[in-house]
Amino acid sequence: MKESFNLRNVEFKNRILVASGTFGYGDEVPDLVDIAKLGGIVTKSLSMKPRDGNPSPRITETSSGMLNSIGLANIGVHKFINEKLPTLKKSNSTIIANIAASSVEEYCSVLELLDGQEGVHGFEINVSCPNVKEGGLSFGTDVKLVSLITKELRKRTQKPLIIKLTPNVTHISDFARACETEGADAVSVINTVIGMSVNINTRKPKIATTTGGLSGPAIKPIALAKVYETCNAIKIPVIGIGGITSWEDAVEFFIVGASMVQIGTANFINPATGISVVEGVKQYCEKNGFDDVEQIIKSLQTDKTISIVDSWL
Amino acid sequence: MKQEIVQIHSLEYLTNEILELTFISDYLSSVAKPGQFINIRVGDNFPLLRRPFSIFNVEGNKISIVFNVIGTGTKVLARKRKGDTLDVLGPCGNSFLLFIDDSFDTAFFVGGGIGVAPFPFLTKHFPSHKKIVTYLGGRHKKLIVTKGLKNIKISTDDGSDGFQGTVLDLIKKDFQENDYGKIRFFICGPTRMMKAVANYANTINADCYASLECDMACGIGLCQGCNIEVIGGERKYKLVCKEGTIFETKTVWL
Repeated sequence: MKESFNLRNVEFKNRILVASGTFGYGDEVPDLVDIAKLGGIVTKSLSMKPRDGNPSPRITETSSGMLNSIGLANIGVHKFINEKLPTLKKSNSTIIANIAASSVEEYCSVLELLDGQEGVHGFEINVSCPNVKEGGLSFGTDVKLVSLITKELRKRTQKPLIIKLTPNVTHISDFARACETEGADAVSVINTVIGMSVNINTRKPKIATTTGGLSGPAIKPIALAKVYETCNAIKIPVIGIGGITSWEDAVEFFIVGASMVQIGTANFINPATGISVVEGVKQYCEKNGFDDVEQIIKSLQTDKTISIVDSWL
Repeated sequence: MKQEIVQIHSLEYLTNEILELTFISDYLSSVAKPGQFINIRVGDNFPLLRRPFSIFNVEGNKISIVFNVIGTGTKVLARKRKGDTLDVLGPCGNSFLLFIDDSFDTAFFVGGGIGVAPFPFLTKHFPSHKKIVTYLGGRHKKLIVTKGLKNIKISTDDGSDGFQGTVLDLIKKDFQENDYGKIRFFICGPTRMMKAVANYANTINADCYASLECDMACGIGLCQGCNIEVIGGERKYKLVCKEGTIFETKTVWL
């Protein structure tokens, strides 16, 4: 059974990664998870300088999900290279550095610093950050800016370049096409969905920034639809993200077209979710006679006779 | 730290409103320290996130927590029965034991309502040569838990048990009437109470350590959701789950 996946000459052991911001820098869970069994680790977003992040409260639980506004709190790229990367290198894992920045120049500088590092195997670019020059509007909702970032970063690295797209746009496929055109190797779909929650006793928002990013099972159907839309628009691989808590969820993403998946919020509940998804996907393939996970990717059956699902009852 | 499935040994009411849930864990009972917490998945799919609970007591291989039914998590937990299983992750956070040294004679434990939770376990492990006074405050007597505590002084808002008034008024009165030598406060409870007690500790030149409560997703530092603003220092925030839950009150904005 072939579980591995190759992206621009980087071999991922399997197609299950852990999502940025849900696994720290990979060094916080050594007692709980054997990270070498995962397909890869996407680091917390890294910016040039350390960022304190947003005030408290930063999180709240909502129906089948959670809202967060962490504000990209991180130790900065220099500290990451000096203090975290040496340990990560020894872990025998594939490391994707996630980059967040407030200007195109900052994206480029952070990537250049990391590109020469042996332990960094590739990049995922978080474009859902406020663009300081444009009055704080997100880069990720402007297709021209996403094109520009992709183009500039492509010039600067031969390692896999993945753009993580926001679902908070009308047509995510327009953004995916722009990334493909400018030479991205893959796109991650989706980042969190903008959401809000209010305490009716105090009549205050439940998180300090009023609105935040919704994640968890609540967004899985949205994510699946966005992945489906994206996979039908581009030829480069799509990495599916959004509310995956089980291997069954991961298989759904593969069927609609995702080449890899990332586990996010589920890590907060069970840090070893990724490992169980790896096992579950493998068993599903073996049981159904697939000898490579590739065979289930984009295998959505489109005949119109929908059968009633037993498990619904 | 481990994640494990444990079996519930008992669930009983300590007062009309407060429940003690005891479960069996060889691992947790052998490694847990007073002041640490356990992050519990109270239901399979609902609620989504774990809920953090202070360790109330450890006896043999049994560990217990206390709670009152105040929200979605505790509502589900209160429906559990003996023999049911729970998915627990822990022990998490730091321990009060880190803040015990020779520079004080008497420990003032201050528990506001369900904030009493960490003190019985701490009482058990407190150096025997030090004096402990335990101040418990609550709106009414149904919120006062005395199990496993020493030298207890009670205040209630409605006077249904002990001194009528706030726990801080009780402490002030007691402090004036007695000589306790050099005092150190160990406190847990609603933020307003902790703020008031911490300010008072400052005025009488006593150190004060508080176990803070915060909404948490993971409890182990992955999500960065439970930040507390630090006074001074290089970083603006610390994480309650990992760098606390116990902080010297002078070092954080309560």
